[in-house]
Amino acid sequence: MPQLIVADFLPQLIWLAITFGALYFIISRLAIPKIGSVIEQRHGRIAADVAEASRLKEDTEKAIETYEAALAEARANAHAIVSENRAQMTAEINKEAAALDERLAKQLADAEVSIAKTRDAAMAQVTGIAQDTTETIVTELLGKKPTRAAISSAVSSAAKG
Amino acid sequence: MASNTSQGSEGGLALDPMHQFEISRIIPIKFGSIDASFTNSSLWMVLTVVAVSALLLLGTKRIVPSRLQSVGEMIYEFISNMVRDTMGDEGRKFFPFILTLFCFILGANMLGLFALPVLLHPFTVTSHIIVTFALAALVWVGATVYGFYKHGLGYLKLFAPSGTPPVMLPLLVPIEIISYLSRPVSLSVRLFANMMAGHTMLKVFATFVVALGWAGIIPLAVMVGFTGLEVLIAFLQAFVFAILSCMYINDALHPSH
Repeated sequence: MPQLIVADFLPQLIWLAITFGALYFIISRLAIPKIGSVIEQRHGRIAADVAEASRLKEDTEKAIETYEAALAEARANAHAIVSENRAQMTAEINKEAAALDERLAKQLADAEVSIAKTRDAAMAQVTGIAQDTTETIVTELLGKKPTRAAISSAVSSAAKG
Repeated sequence: MASNTSQGSEGGLALDPMHQFEISRIIPIKFGSIDASFTNSSLWMVLTVVAVSALLLLGTKRIVPSRLQSVGEMIYEFISNMVRDTMGDEGRKFFPFILTLFCFILGANMLGLFALPVLLHPFTVTSHIIVTFALAALVWVGATVYGFYKHGLGYLKLFAPSGTPPVMLPLLVPIEIISYLSRPVSLSVRLFANMMAGHTMLKVFATFVVALGWAGIIPLAVMVGFTGLEVLIAFLQAFVFAILSCMYINDALHPSH
């Protein structure tokens, strides 16, 4: 078995010491700091990115909250404006309706007054016409003109009757 | 591995499955009586270091990782979690060592499988008991020395687990001591045996492919599946070695469990 040739032991041990020592030096001085720093940097980067993402998410939530608050406020404002307008318009309508009513009532009253006046005037003329008519009829029938007094008393008594 | 069949032809028998484990001196170096030759084993150790360094150092600066970078980071985090889970925060200072251990063993195991035939004869560094034993001994001696340095003689409490009835101690303490002493052996033999057995098996099947002619398609299919299994074993053994090392060092950190 070649593994048991004692004369070959020493060169192997010497070169094992040299190469293993060299590898230990390379790994402990160069590889570990290098790989370690890269891994650490990556972990740091990932942590930073995650923190940034959660910060952005928070910002988004805040923005949504703000937006919703603004929306609710706008809605409330709109409601207020609508109801205010409605109240104002109702008041105006009421006022106009009242004014119209008043005007109409006034016109009605005026009309009533003028009607009464016209009727009174008509009624007054009716007496005159009746007397004239009576006078004409009586003159035609009797051939003689009755006195004014007799006519008016006859007409008024007939009007009363 | 199949490419090695052409190489082991010196003895006339071209199909020696153990030939792949032979050490050949590429550049002979001697300091007095000390043989420090650059062998094929040394070459694959150097290649392991180069491959692991390339994986861990090239293109590892991006926030969104490339595939290669992901592999490096996966290994880093895998071992980092393992160290934290087995040793807690105090074990953090051993993280570079465990990572080096894992990467070295994984790299050596994997390179032994994915070698370039023809250009380089594949060789698995961890298929040599001396290499795995040296690594296991490094862990074991290191953990033992650290345990005594940190806890003084209190480290011996490791051999008498708390809550043991005193009657059991004469039986339990020798068992614990034996199990403690066998740690470097079991740690190193497990890795070495797995690697050697896997590669020997692959080699044997490879000789069947050649020997059986057209029917060689059957062992070839077996080899394809077996190579997949070897990849799994290469990873698993590196993992087992690393996690057992973590547990041994954890004993040195907290002996009174």
